[in-house]
Amino acid sequence: MSLNQANKFGFVINPSRLIDYDSSDRKVRDYVTLREPSFKLCFACGGCTAACTAGQHTSFNLRRMITYIRRGEIEPLRDEVTRCMLCGKCLLVCPRGVNTRNVVAVTAEAISKLDRNEL
Amino acid sequence: MKGTPKHVIVAGGGVAGMEAAGSLAEMGYRVTLVEKGEDPGGHLLQWHALFPDRRPADEVRSYLRKRIVHHNISIITRTTVEKIKYHPGGTVSVNLSGGTDEKADAVIVATGFQLFDAHRKEEYGYGIYDNVITSADLEGMFNRGRVAKADNSVPARIGLIHCVGSRDEKVNNNHCSKVCCVTAVKQAIEIREMLPSCEIFCFYMDMRMYGPYYEELYRESQEIHNVNFIRGKVSEASVNINNRLVIKVEDTLAGRPLKMELDIMVLMVGMEMEEAGAKLAEASGFKRGINRFLETGDHHYGNNLSGVRGVFYAGTCTAPMNITDTISHARAAVAETVRYLDGR
Amino acid sequence: MKPEGKKRIWAEYQKEIPDDHFFYVRSCIRQTFFAGSEQVFLKILRNDLGKDVFEDPRHTTCTGIGYHGDVVPFETIQAVVARHFSLATEAGYRHIAISCVTSFGIYTEILETWKHFPETLERTREDLYKATGRTFEVPETISHTSDIIYKFRDEIARKAKYNLADITTGKPLKVVEHIGCHYSKMFPKYGVGGAEFPHVLVGMVESWGGDVIDYPERRHCCGFGFRQYLVQANRGYSLFASRKKFESMEPYQPDMIIANCPGCTMFMDRWQYTINEIDGITYGVNGQGIPVLTYEEVAGLILGYDPWELGLQYHNVQSIPLLRRMGIKADPARRFLAKDGTRLPEPANLING
Repeated sequence: MSLNQANKFGFVINPSRLIDYDSSDRKVRDYVTLREPSFKLCFACGGCTAACTAGQHTSFNLRRMITYIRRGEIEPLRDEVTRCMLCGKCLLVCPRGVNTRNVVAVTAEAISKLDRNEL
Repeated sequence: MKGTPKHVIVAGGGVAGMEAAGSLAEMGYRVTLVEKGEDPGGHLLQWHALFPDRRPADEVRSYLRKRIVHHNISIITRTTVEKIKYHPGGTVSVNLSGGTDEKADAVIVATGFQLFDAHRKEEYGYGIYDNVITSADLEGMFNRGRVAKADNSVPARIGLIHCVGSRDEKVNNNHCSKVCCVTAVKQAIEIREMLPSCEIFCFYMDMRMYGPYYEELYRESQEIHNVNFIRGKVSEASVNINNRLVIKVEDTLAGRPLKMELDIMVLMVGMEMEEAGAKLAEASGFKRGINRFLETGDHHYGNNLSGVRGVFYAGTCTAPMNITDTISHARAAVAETVRYLDGR
Repeated sequence: MKPEGKKRIWAEYQKEIPDDHFFYVRSCIRQTFFAGSEQVFLKILRNDLGKDVFEDPRHTTCTGIGYHGDVVPFETIQAVVARHFSLATEAGYRHIAISCVTSFGIYTEILETWKHFPETLERTREDLYKATGRTFEVPETISHTSDIIYKFRDEIARKAKYNLADITTGKPLKVVEHIGCHYSKMFPKYGVGGAEFPHVLVGMVESWGGDVIDYPERRHCCGFGFRQYLVQANRGYSLFASRKKFESMEPYQPDMIIANCPGCTMFMDRWQYTINEIDGITYGVNGQGIPVLTYEEVAGLILGYDPWELGLQYHNVQSIPLLRRMGIKADPARRFLAKDGTRLPEPANLING
């Protein structure tokens, strides 16, 4: 949206907040699921996020990140995935035994592959 | 028990009524089982397989059928119990549809539940959009051995919508129907086994896996069958130009609205007080709870008691429950009935 | 799609719409934005259908814009509406015919409030009496004027000179119907057909020979909303909502949109120009815009009223290609001429010529 258009009307068309499941991309999910099958077991309790050191002082939220991976919302992941310090505390708390630490590592890998058109 | 066998009328020939009739008969009581349908069996007649172990429903059906084959049991079908009245001296009179009256020493009310009428959730378009079905309709598809769209094509994505007619003030049902969550998980797995490439999504508000092995089934559905779960109540359904359903829901874990196309939408319809049972309660002066099911004498230690002498409750006429609990509840009703008859 | 399923719902939401003797209450904005609509409603009712419609020049705004803009309190708007009832009572009318969906929503909200909280009715009687010395009777019925056209849709069809079909192919036109949110979303029982599958405009379109499009975002709000347009910076919300609808209806190639709410009709018309300016997109076939008409304008066209008398030239999206398809002749020379022959101002940036 150029400034010009904004100036003409004094407003622009608001962007969508919708998750459009039929146009989003599940390549990252499929990559993560294949390499870390325990990923499928998450039932979004938020224990990982509560235990997370990074989440105490940044917006990092592993529970939400997993939701975005599942829905195929790639953009929010890019920033999210860099915030984890890989300490592994989330592993201790997960009641479903998800290898949370590896989920982050594999997601980072998937995104870099995606950017290199290798996914 | 000595002397002439005492007579108990059981109103309703579903799971609770059949179990109660069988238990009483084997103890030597004379039983009249009154069923409104063609045959006893209740809702179980239309179910294909049961949670949590997914055994064929037929196994439980045959158990119950055998249970009521007994010289002490006489069965009246296509008949409803319209009114029950206790008379001083101990006789309980029962008015049946069709104008006949029966007398008994006690009555067990086992009128059961009815499935929520999905038409009432107008926003889901049941009866309007071709591929909106209920969980009961899906069991019918399982019975016929094929899950297909209305045009007979194979679905690529199916959504199961939890809490249709339950936990919903808009349809005057604040109660939880208890069994729909686990039914959805069971049905999701069954679809995946029939159609391995079909994606399944369960849309839930809370996953209420309250019974033994339910949570395990839920876990299995994710781990082995790749069933997807999205937390959020679907707000509306419509169809697009390809006649594919389009649903709107909030993905409450992402905190954002979500739109998704579906080939089939399955409405997990809840349980309501059965209509004939409600009329019976009205005519007989039985109290009903805020959930409109029959209110029992005591929630903790008297939940087969009706408050009327000689009348006892069994099964889902008192609250939603699964088959296991229904059978236990029916046996408890028999125990209460026997205690009452013996103590007179 | 199973039509019997919709009919089942329609049968459940039937409201009482009186046959005659209406007290007409106008909208604040409709005479400006769709200059001929209210006039043609009166003409159809009085001249074509022979009904009695009464208007009182002392009738004012309902203050709905202020109410929804958070500057008019509920007590005040109740007194204003009570004054309208008082004017109707004074003239001996018991049936209110409301031109605006915002007003209609306010009337329903007030009547429901009075029903559930009778003390608010007493308080309003007191407020009105103290302020004006007036008393009033609660009306017997309230109808939106689209309810009234709906009631007489078949009579209008019998008198029709044109129908909603392509004159050359004979095929029905594809029509998008759009219902204002406050017509039935707050109180489904006050709307013909309820909130999920309203029948009020569908009934008209079908009676007049058109085909209704049921598209995914049919129930979505047009995005109007007083807070969205009163604050310039918020208009992007409104624009976004309308665009969502246009994108959803586009694959069906609609010939026209019919709406029953002032805000919806105006914004779905004007935003097509704005979106075109911002994104260069139009949503009709062959790069055209989709004409957005009020139900009175459509009824007027069917009955053979002159399109320029209906005010179609003052829509952003022009209806000239639509009129051609329907076989309606409209003299281009008279398009911007007043009745006395004086030249009217010509709007800029029209879509479809």
